[in-house]
Amino acid sequence: MTRLNDGTGLTDGTGTVLDFAGLQPRPAQTWGDVALIPLVRAEPIRDLRLDARAVGAVRAVPAPDGSYLVGYVPHAYVATWTPDGTPAASYGTQLLDPRRPPATAEPTRGLVKRVRSAADDAARLRFLPLVLALDGLLGLEFGGPSIAWAELSRRVVRQGLSPRCEASIRGSDVAGLADALRTFEICAGQCGLLLYVAGQLISAFVVPHPADYRALHASLLLDLYGDVLRELPSQGGRWEPNRAGAGTAGAGDHGLALPAVDSLSALRAALARATDSWAASAAETWLGPDLFGDTLTFAPAYRMGRYRLARFLPSFDRHRDNHLGEAIFGPQGALAYLHTYRLSMTQVRRGRMLRALRAADWDLDATAAGLGVDRAGLMVQLDAIGLAGIVRPDLAAAWRAARRRPTA
Amino acid sequence: MDRTEAVAREDLVTFLGAATTETGQDGFYAAAGGVELDFLHEYVLVNYRELYAATLAASINDRNAGLVVANLLTQPGDPIARRSEGALIAARLRRMPPQRVWKLFEGLCRAGRGNRRLRAIAQEWLDGRDPAFDAVKYRRAMRVVVRHLHLRVPADVADVLTGRWRRAGWSAGGGAGGGVGAGGPAGAHPSGSVLLETWRRAHFEDRAVFDLPFTVAEGLAARRGIRRAELLRRAHLTSHERLRLTTSAGRLGVAVAGDLAAVPLRRLTTYVLSLDLAERERRRAELTQALRAAARRAVARTDAAGSWGRVAAVLDDSYSSSGSTPARRAPLIAAVGAAFVLEVMAAQFRSAWTSGRRDALLATPHGSTDLAGPILDALDWAPDLLVIVSDGVDTDPPGAAGEVLRVWSERIDDGSTAVLHLNPVFDPDRYGVRTLTPAVPTLGLRDPADLPLLRSLAGVAQGRMTRAELAEWLLGHAT
Repeated sequence: MTRLNDGTGLTDGTGTVLDFAGLQPRPAQTWGDVALIPLVRAEPIRDLRLDARAVGAVRAVPAPDGSYLVGYVPHAYVATWTPDGTPAASYGTQLLDPRRPPATAEPTRGLVKRVRSAADDAARLRFLPLVLALDGLLGLEFGGPSIAWAELSRRVVRQGLSPRCEASIRGSDVAGLADALRTFEICAGQCGLLLYVAGQLISAFVVPHPADYRALHASLLLDLYGDVLRELPSQGGRWEPNRAGAGTAGAGDHGLALPAVDSLSALRAALARATDSWAASAAETWLGPDLFGDTLTFAPAYRMGRYRLARFLPSFDRHRDNHLGEAIFGPQGALAYLHTYRLSMTQVRRGRMLRALRAADWDLDATAAGLGVDRAGLMVQLDAIGLAGIVRPDLAAAWRAARRRPTA
Repeated sequence: MDRTEAVAREDLVTFLGAATTETGQDGFYAAAGGVELDFLHEYVLVNYRELYAATLAASINDRNAGLVVANLLTQPGDPIARRSEGALIAARLRRMPPQRVWKLFEGLCRAGRGNRRLRAIAQEWLDGRDPAFDAVKYRRAMRVVVRHLHLRVPADVADVLTGRWRRAGWSAGGGAGGGVGAGGPAGAHPSGSVLLETWRRAHFEDRAVFDLPFTVAEGLAARRGIRRAELLRRAHLTSHERLRLTTSAGRLGVAVAGDLAAVPLRRLTTYVLSLDLAERERRRAELTQALRAAARRAVARTDAAGSWGRVAAVLDDSYSSSGSTPARRAPLIAAVGAAFVLEVMAAQFRSAWTSGRRDALLATPHGSTDLAGPILDALDWAPDLLVIVSDGVDTDPPGAAGEVLRVWSERIDDGSTAVLHLNPVFDPDRYGVRTLTPAVPTLGLRDPADLPLLRSLAGVAQGRMTRAELAEWLLGHAT
C-alpha cells in the first residue's frame, strides 16, 4: 500500500456561500426556450479585471490602464498571454498579477493543439472547445486515488482518472442559444448573466466589470454546457423575442401591468413602482439563497491581493440542481467572478460515486459498505455510470459474474 | 357592412406595413419572410384587387411593388379595371430602378408567362428608356425578355443582344443583320449607337472601357486586366456610385468623393451611418447640413415645413437597430432619417434616443431598449405629435412602452397629442410589423421621405373610410 500524493483534490469546505449582494437582475430577454437574465452591478469592481495580456488586441475592451491590481483569465480561455507570446489555454481560472509574468499559473500547452489557430483570429477571444474544459475542471477536482489499493486498475493508479471524457454540448449546438445571445441587448452596467433553458438554470456567469462582460458575452456561445441539456424537454415552436412566459417558469414573464391612473406623473410613479417591486422580487427569486443554497463545497485555489479564487462542487444531491464551477471572491465574500456548469443526472451520480470513493480513501470495500451494497452491487453502479475502468479488469469480471450467479 | 369596411381598412394597413418593410433580407430577430409574404399578397389580391393595385401608388418598396405588378399581370382580373391597373403599373415601373424592372420581366418570362397585356406594358416601359444603354448594362435579362415577349428594339441593339455584333465588319448604327424575333421598325428611338460602338471597342481597347457605365466597365476591366485603382480614377461615376465607392476607393488611394448635395435622404443616411464616429464628428457641419437639406428636399412636395407644430420623437438606437448582415443598420437608418424629416416638419422639435444620447448624427446601435422612459418624457412635453420609431421589441423592461401608451390613451389622453408608432422591421410571424399596443397605430417605415404620407395614413387607419374612398385616397397620395 503506497501513499500517493494528494493531487489537487478537495480540501475541507471553507463554508463560503455564493453571495450575490451588489448584483441586481434585470428583466429576462427570452428567445424560445432560452431565457437570459442580465445581472447588473451598481458599482463595477475596478481593481480586478480581465487580464490585459489575455485581452490582447481585442478592440471591444478598453485596454485597462494598469490601474487594476489583479487580473484574471477565465478557465479554458485561449490567448497569447504567455511570456513568449504563443497561444495557450488557461487550465482553471487564473488570478494574475498584471505587473509580473504568469509564473505559478503556467498554462497547459498541450491543450492548445485542439484549437484552430488561423493567423487572422489571433486577436479573437477564444475558449477551449467542448470536452477539454469540463473534463479539465472535473479533473482538477478529482485527482484520482491517493492510495494504490490492490483492487484498483493499474491505469487509474498510474494516471489518476484522466483522461476523462465527459459528454458536454458546445454552446453553438444548443438550440436557440446562438440566436438568444446574438439578439440579446446588453444592459448598461451588466456584469453577469443567468442562462435558463426550458426553465432550468444551466449556467451562471458573473464578471467584475461591464467591459469584461462585453468582451466575454459572445464567448458564452463557445462555452460548453453539461449534457443536462439533452435531458430537458424542448418547448419547440417558433422562436420569438420576449414571448411572455417563455422559458423560465415565470422568469421570462415580466408580467408588467400598470394600474389605470389619471396623470402622467402618477403613470411615471406607477411604472417606477412596478419596476422596483419587480426587481426586489426578482432578486429574491433568482439570486436568493435558493439559487445554489449552502450545499456547495468550496476548495480555495489561489489568493492574490484582496481576491481569492475558489472552485466548488455541488452536493450531488439528486433532488437539486447541481452546479460546479469557479468563483473569485473579494473582500467580505463579495462575488467578483463566477462561472458555473450545470451537471446532468449521470454526472451527478458519477460525482456521488467519486465522492464516496474519496471518503473511503478509494478502498472499494469500504466504498461499497458506505453505499450499502456488496462488491457486485458496486460493480453494477460503476458500470452504469461509466467508471468501471477504475477496478482491476480481472476483479471487475469476477464481480460481474458474481452478480449474474448470486451465491446461495 | 361597417364591419367589412373596418376589416378592409385593417387589412390594407397590415399589407402596407408588410409591403413597406419586407425586403427579402434577414432581419435582426427574424429570417426573411417567404410564404408569409406570398400569402399576404395573394390574400389582398383576391379580396381587394382595386386596393392592391392602388398600393402601387403608395409607399410600398420596390421589391413588393415588383411582386404586385407580377401578380396583377399574371392573374386575370376585371377587364374594365385593367385600364386603370395598367396606368398604375406603368407609373410605378417608371419610378422603379431599371434593374428591378428587368429582373421582374425576366422572372415572368422564365416562368413562361406571356400575354398581350404583359407585352404591351413591357414595350411601353422599354420605349421610355434608352435601349442601347439597357442593352449594354442589363444585357442578359434584356435578351431573355426581348426574345420572349418579341419586343421592338433598334437593329444594332438587337445585334448586341444576339451576339451578332461579333461578326466581322459590324458597327453600331449600320448593323449586319435584322432585329430579334419580330424585328419591327428599327430606329424609332435614338439608337445610342455611340454607346454600343464604345462597348464593342471596349472588348479590344482599354481606352474605351473608361467611357462605359461603371458597372459594365468593371466587368470588362477585370477581363482586360485593368487595375482597379486606374479604373476608379478614369471611369465616369454616377453620384450614387461615388458615394458607394468613397471608402473602398480611398483604400486604394483614389479620391472619388462626390457631392452630397443631390443624394436622396435614405441613401445619404446610410452613407453617414457607415462612417465611424470620429469621422462623423470631424465632418459634423458638412454632414448635418447635407442631411437637413436632403430631408427638406424629400418632403418639399408635401406639407409645408414647420407645419406640424410641436413634434416629439422617441427613437430606438438599441442593439437590435443594428439590423442584420444583409441589411446593416437598416432600423437605425430609418430612425435617423425620420429624425431629420421630423425636424423639418416640426415647428418645435424634440427627440430622445433609447440609449439616452441626444445626437442623431452620432447614433450607433448599443444597449437595451428602454422606450417607456423617453415616451413619458415626451408626453410630459405635451407635443401635438409623438412619433416612435422602433422595431417594437422593448426589452427594458419588456412590455413597458405598450403599457404606458395603453394607460395613457385610456385615461390621460385628452386628444391633443397624436401618437404614431413607425416600425422599420418586418416580422414574418405577424404578417406585418410588430405593434407596441393596439391603442396606438403602427405603420411600416422604409424611406423617411414617406413620413408625411404615413402621418395621413395613420388617420386613415383610425378613420371610417370605405374601400372605394381608400383606393381614391391611395391614388391621391401617390408619391
